[in-house]
Amino acid sequence: MTEIDPITLSVLAGRMEQIADEMDATLFRAAFNPIIAEAHDASHGLYHATTGDTLVQGKSGLPIFVGVMSFAVKAVIEKAAADGDLENGDIYIFNDAHIGGTHLSDMRLVRPYFHNGKLFCFLASVGHWHDVGGAVPGNYNPGATEVFQEAFVLPPVKLARKGTVNQDIIDILLRNTRLPQSAMGDLNGQLGALDLGVQRMDELLTEYGGDTITAALEALGNRAEALMRAELAELPDGRWEAEDFLDNDGIIDEALKIRVALEIKDDRMVLDFSGSSPQCAGPVNIALPTTAAAAYVAIKHVFPALPANAGVMRPIEVIVPEGSLLSAEFPAPTGGYTETILRMIDVVFSAFAQAAPDRVVANAYGTINALSIAGKRSDGTAWVMFSFYGGGHGGSVESDGLNHGNAPISTATIPPMEILEAAYPVMFRTWALRPDSGGAGAHRGGMGAVYEIEVLEENGAEAFLFGERGRFAPKGIVEGGDGAMNHFTFEQSDGWQAPPLASKMRGIKLTQGQAVRLETPGGGGYGPAAAREARAVARDVARGLVSADQADTDYGTAWREVTV
Amino acid sequence: MSGQMIGVDVGGTFTDVFVLNEAAGSASVAKVPTTRPDQSVGFLDGIGREVDTLSEVAVVVHGTTAGTNALLERKGAKTGVICTAGLRDVLEMRRRDRPRTWGLRGDFEPVVDRRDRLEVQERTLADGSIRTPVDLDAVRMAARQLCDQGCKAVAVLFANAYANPENEAAAVAAVREVWPNPHVSASSEILPEIREFERFSTTALNAYLQPEVSGYLGRLETALTEGGFDGEFMIVQSNGGVMTVDTACRLPVRTALSGPAAGVIAAGYIAGVAGFDNVITGDMGGTSFDVSLIAGGQSILSPQTSIDFGMVVRNPMIEITTIGAGGGSIAWVDKGGLLNIGPESAGSDPGPVAYGLGNDRPTVTDANVVLGRIDPDNPIGGKLDRLDIEAAGRAIDAHVGAPLGLDTVAAAEAILRVANSRMAGAIRLVSIERGFDPKRFAFMPFGGGGALHAGAMLAEVGIARAIVPRYPGVTSAMGCVIADMRQDFVQTVNTLVDTLDEAALGDFMQANTDDGMALLEASRTSFEAREASFTLDMAYVGQTHTVSVPLDVTMVDDKVTPPSKAEIEVAFDTTYQATFGRLLQNGTRRILNLRTAVTGKRPKFDLATLAPGTTGSVAPTATRKVHFGNVWLETAIHDRLSLPVGAVINGPAILTQPDTTVLIEPGLAGKVDRFGNTIIEPVEGDA
Repeated sequence: MTEIDPITLSVLAGRMEQIADEMDATLFRAAFNPIIAEAHDASHGLYHATTGDTLVQGKSGLPIFVGVMSFAVKAVIEKAAADGDLENGDIYIFNDAHIGGTHLSDMRLVRPYFHNGKLFCFLASVGHWHDVGGAVPGNYNPGATEVFQEAFVLPPVKLARKGTVNQDIIDILLRNTRLPQSAMGDLNGQLGALDLGVQRMDELLTEYGGDTITAALEALGNRAEALMRAELAELPDGRWEAEDFLDNDGIIDEALKIRVALEIKDDRMVLDFSGSSPQCAGPVNIALPTTAAAAYVAIKHVFPALPANAGVMRPIEVIVPEGSLLSAEFPAPTGGYTETILRMIDVVFSAFAQAAPDRVVANAYGTINALSIAGKRSDGTAWVMFSFYGGGHGGSVESDGLNHGNAPISTATIPPMEILEAAYPVMFRTWALRPDSGGAGAHRGGMGAVYEIEVLEENGAEAFLFGERGRFAPKGIVEGGDGAMNHFTFEQSDGWQAPPLASKMRGIKLTQGQAVRLETPGGGGYGPAAAREARAVARDVARGLVSADQADTDYGTAWREVTV
Repeated sequence: MSGQMIGVDVGGTFTDVFVLNEAAGSASVAKVPTTRPDQSVGFLDGIGREVDTLSEVAVVVHGTTAGTNALLERKGAKTGVICTAGLRDVLEMRRRDRPRTWGLRGDFEPVVDRRDRLEVQERTLADGSIRTPVDLDAVRMAARQLCDQGCKAVAVLFANAYANPENEAAAVAAVREVWPNPHVSASSEILPEIREFERFSTTALNAYLQPEVSGYLGRLETALTEGGFDGEFMIVQSNGGVMTVDTACRLPVRTALSGPAAGVIAAGYIAGVAGFDNVITGDMGGTSFDVSLIAGGQSILSPQTSIDFGMVVRNPMIEITTIGAGGGSIAWVDKGGLLNIGPESAGSDPGPVAYGLGNDRPTVTDANVVLGRIDPDNPIGGKLDRLDIEAAGRAIDAHVGAPLGLDTVAAAEAILRVANSRMAGAIRLVSIERGFDPKRFAFMPFGGGGALHAGAMLAEVGIARAIVPRYPGVTSAMGCVIADMRQDFVQTVNTLVDTLDEAALGDFMQANTDDGMALLEASRTSFEAREASFTLDMAYVGQTHTVSVPLDVTMVDDKVTPPSKAEIEVAFDTTYQATFGRLLQNGTRRILNLRTAVTGKRPKFDLATLAPGTTGSVAPTATRKVHFGNVWLETAIHDRLSLPVGAVINGPAILTQPDTTVLIEPGLAGKVDRFGNTIIEPVEGDA
C-alpha cells in the first residue's frame, strides 16, 4: 500500500470532490426537467470498486442521495458478479427502489471505471425523471398498493456494452413515459455527466498514478471515520428514545409509528428503529437502502462538518426490524418515501435533543406536499403542474426557525409563481406566510405557507396531493411548542371541503374558478415559551406573524407592555 | 482627449486613486485609508494627494462599495412595499431555500419589515390580460401610510408586471404624486423579467439603496463641483460599464459589484494590449481569492448574484467566483488530521499573526512571511513598521506543525501547497464550467497578494505564463478610467419561435436601443463608437435553463432591423449545438427574454504611458534567503518600478513595489514588457 502524506491528501480530497461537483453541474445545465435543472434532485459521485461504498460525492446534489447511492452501486456489483461480464465502457441503468432505494422516479446510471485495464471504481449518476409511467402523472400515487401502480420497474440492465449504447433499452424507456422528450433530455444529461467523470478521472490518474489515488481514497475513509468518532466521543453516553407518527398510508386510515432508540457509548452510536409499524398497504413504505440513507442524512444534519464519505457510518449501527415499513419487501409501493424518511429524521432529532439539545433544531414542517394539478386544454393537449411546497423550520439554540424553508432531505428551490402561471392555466390567489403556524418557544418555529391556487382552464382540472402532518404536528424540543399541522382544503360547488385522509387525495375534480388551498406546517419551537423575550413576541404580533390571541395563550400578556 | 482622467476605487481597507494625464504622458497612483462611515472623505483626500486643480480634470470615474456595504451591513433606508393582494410575503419567502445545506440553522429577515409591506387589489395574469384593475385609491392610501410609518423609499411590486406593466405603471404614477422624494422604484421599470422573487428582490433592494447611494454620490458631486470640477462624474456598474451619476441614483442596485468589476475590466484591457486575449484574473485580498475569466477579450457576465442569503440582485454582472483563500485565511488541522485553509479569515484587522494585532492563528500570509517571500521590514500598505516572523512561526508550529509532525518550514510549505491547490481548483472550475481549457489562458494576478502565487498557478494548472500588471494594487482604480459606458436592458417575451410577433420584438429592440442611446447622449463624454447588441434567452419547450443566443442584427442610424424567425432558429441551433454538443430532434424552440446592451466606447489611453524607461540598472538592491520546496536559496531582491523595459530577471527573485510583492520562482523568468508589465514564463530549455 502506498503511503500518502497529509498534504497530498488535502490536495486530492479537493480534486476528487471537484470531479463530482463538475458532474453535478453538467447534468443541471443539460437536464430538461425542472426537478433536476431547478430543484437539483440528482447526485453524482465515486464509489468503491468492490464494496460500492461512497468515496466522494458532489456538494450540490440532493442530500438524501449521499447515503443511498452506494446501494445502487452495490446492486450493480452483485448483478455483474452474477453475470460475470463487467467490461470497460459498460453502463447500467435502473430505477428499482427496492434494490437502489428512494422511489421509482429516480433513474440511476452506474458506470465501472477502469484504469490500466483493471476496475478502479464506479461512477454513478441519479436524477429524478419527470414521469416514468404508472397511474398518476408525476408518479406520486397515494392510492398505490403495489409498485406496478406507481411506475414501470426497471431492474439493473446494461444500457451500454463496451461503449456502445443499446437503443432497445432507450426505446423501452421512452415508450413508458408520458414525457419522452424530457426523459431523453435527462438521460443525455446523465450520460454526459458520466463521460465527464471518466475524462476527469483519466486526468487525475495520469497525474498522480493509481496507487496514490487508491491510498488517498483509503485514507479519506479512515479520516471520515476518525472525525465521526471524535464527534461521538464528545457526547454523553446514554440511551434516549423518541417516537412520532405518519397520518396514514393513503389506503387505510390508521396512524403509523416511527420509533427510534439512540444509544451512545464512547465513540460509537446505535440507532435502533425497533418498535416501528409493520409494512403497510400504501406507498409510505421504504426499502432498506432508503432507511440507511435517511439515518445518514439525519446524522449529517447533527454533525454538518462531516464529509460525504461512507467512513462516517463505520462507528454507527443502524437496526431496522424485519417486516417493518422501514424494510419493505418487493412489490410494496414506496412512492411516498419522502414522508417516511422526514419522520425518521424528526425522531432522530427528537432523540438527540435529549442527549445534546444544542446540536439539533426542533422538527421542521415534515412533509413535501407533492401537489399536482392536471387537465386538458381546449386544444386537447395535456398539462401537469407538479411541485413540492415549503414550510417552517424548527427553532434552534441560536435563532428562530427559518420561515418557508425547503425539506431537510432536499435543497430544492420552489419554481417561481410566475413561471407556473405562464406554463399552466392556474392563478395563485395567495402565496404567503401562514401566521400562527410556528411552534411557540424561546426561539419559535419558522412559519409555514399558504398557497391558494385557482384553476383558470374552462375544462377544469383534477388535483392530487401526497402530504403528511395533517394529524400529528411537528414537535418542539427542549420544552418548545409544536408547529401547526398541515391543512388542505378544496373548493366545490357546495363550499370548501377537506379530504377524508387529511393530506392525501386522488383526483379531486375542480371546475374553472375553483381553487385548492394548502396551508403548510410551521416548525417546532426551541426552549420554553416563557423564556422568549417580550420584545420578540411584540415584534411578531406587530408584523402579523403571530396573532394577539395566540401570543397571549403561548407567552402571556407581558408583550403588550412593549412598544416595537 | 484633454485634461486629466481620474479613477477612484473605494475598497474595504484602502481607497485607490489612479490619475492619468495623457497630454503630459504621465500617470500617478495614490493609496489612502478608506474612511467610514462616510467614504467621501477618503475619496476627496485621495484625489487631493495627486491633483492640485480640479478644474483641469475632465473625468472622474468611481468604483464604489457604498451599495454593497449598505446591503451587507443592512444600512439602507427604511423601505416600504406596495404589492398585489396575496403576495405580501414573497420577499420573505424567497425561493424556499435555506442558508446552509446541512444543519438546518439560521433565519432570515428581509430588508423590508412585514409591517411596511402593504397589499392592494389588482391582478394581471400571465398572458398580460388584466383580471382586476388596480385600485388607485388604495394605492394612494398605502403610500401615505408608508410615509407616515417613516419609509424613505418605496417599491411597487405587482404580479406579472413583466407581461403587462399597465396596472403597475398606473400605481407608480399615483405613488409618485404623493411620495415626498424621488425614491420610488417599480418592478417593471427596474427589471421587466419573469420570476417574481428575483424581480421583487432586485426592485426592493434598489429602493432600499436609493436614499443612501444617491446621498453619497450627491455629496461627492457637490464637493467635486465646489472644488472647481467641471467635468463628467461617472460610476462603475457591476456589468463593468460606467453610467452617469443620474442613472446611478435611479438604479443604485446596479452598483452592487462596482469595484471588483472595474478590476476585471482593467485586467482584460491590459492583457489584451499586451497581446493576450484569453486571461484568467486572480485577485487575492485579505479574506478571499476572486477569479474571473476573459475569453477572446470579453469578460463573462452572469445574470444574477446573491449579495447575502435571500438578497438576490438580478442584473448582468461580471462573473467573479470567490473562494475563501486570501492572505488572511486561517490554516487549521481538523479532527481527522487534514490540513484546511479558511473559510475563516483574520482579514486585514487583526490580520495575520505577523501583524501583531492580536490574532494568534496562522494564515497564508504568515506562511509567506516565514518562508522569506514577504519582506518583514517593509510591509505593504504602510500601516505597520515591521512584521513579526517569530510570532508567525510559533503560530504555525502550534496549529499546523505539531498536529502534523512537521517543522516550521515544512508546515509553512504545506499551508502554501494546500492554499495554492484551492486557488488552482477555483481557476480550473471557472474555466471548465464555461467550456474552456485553462492551459490556453494567461493568468493575471492582482490585488496585494496574488503575484506571490503566480508561479504556483502556472505549475498547478499548467498555464503557460502569468502577466503581472505594472500597478497590481490599483487595478480597479485604473479600470475606472478604461471602462466603456454601458446600459443593459431585459424584456420577457415568452413565446414560441413559431408564434413570434417579429414586429413586436423589433419594437422592444428599438425601444431599448433608443433608451440606451439617449443615456449616452445625455452624458458629456465623447465616444469613439456606439453600439447595441442583442441576445435572446432561448430553450426547447420543456427545458428550464435557457441558453444566451447572440443575434446578428443590422443597424442603420440606430434603427434596428429585427431578425426573422428563420434567422432566430439558425442562431439558436448554432448556440445550442456549441453549448451541449447536440440538438434535440423535433424540439420546439422557445424565446423567454430579450436582452439588449447599448455601449458607448470611451477612448482608450495608451498603456505605454505607464511604461518605465528603456535603460537602467537590472542589478538587485539586496538579497535574502527564501525557501522554495525543500531548500533555502539566496534570492535577489529588485525594485520593480525601476526595472527598464526589456529587463529579464531569472528566478529565484523577488520584485518589490509599494503595494505588491512579485515572486519569481526558480526555473521561471520575469520579463518587463514595453508597457511595464512583468511577464512570468518558464526559462527556455528549463521546462
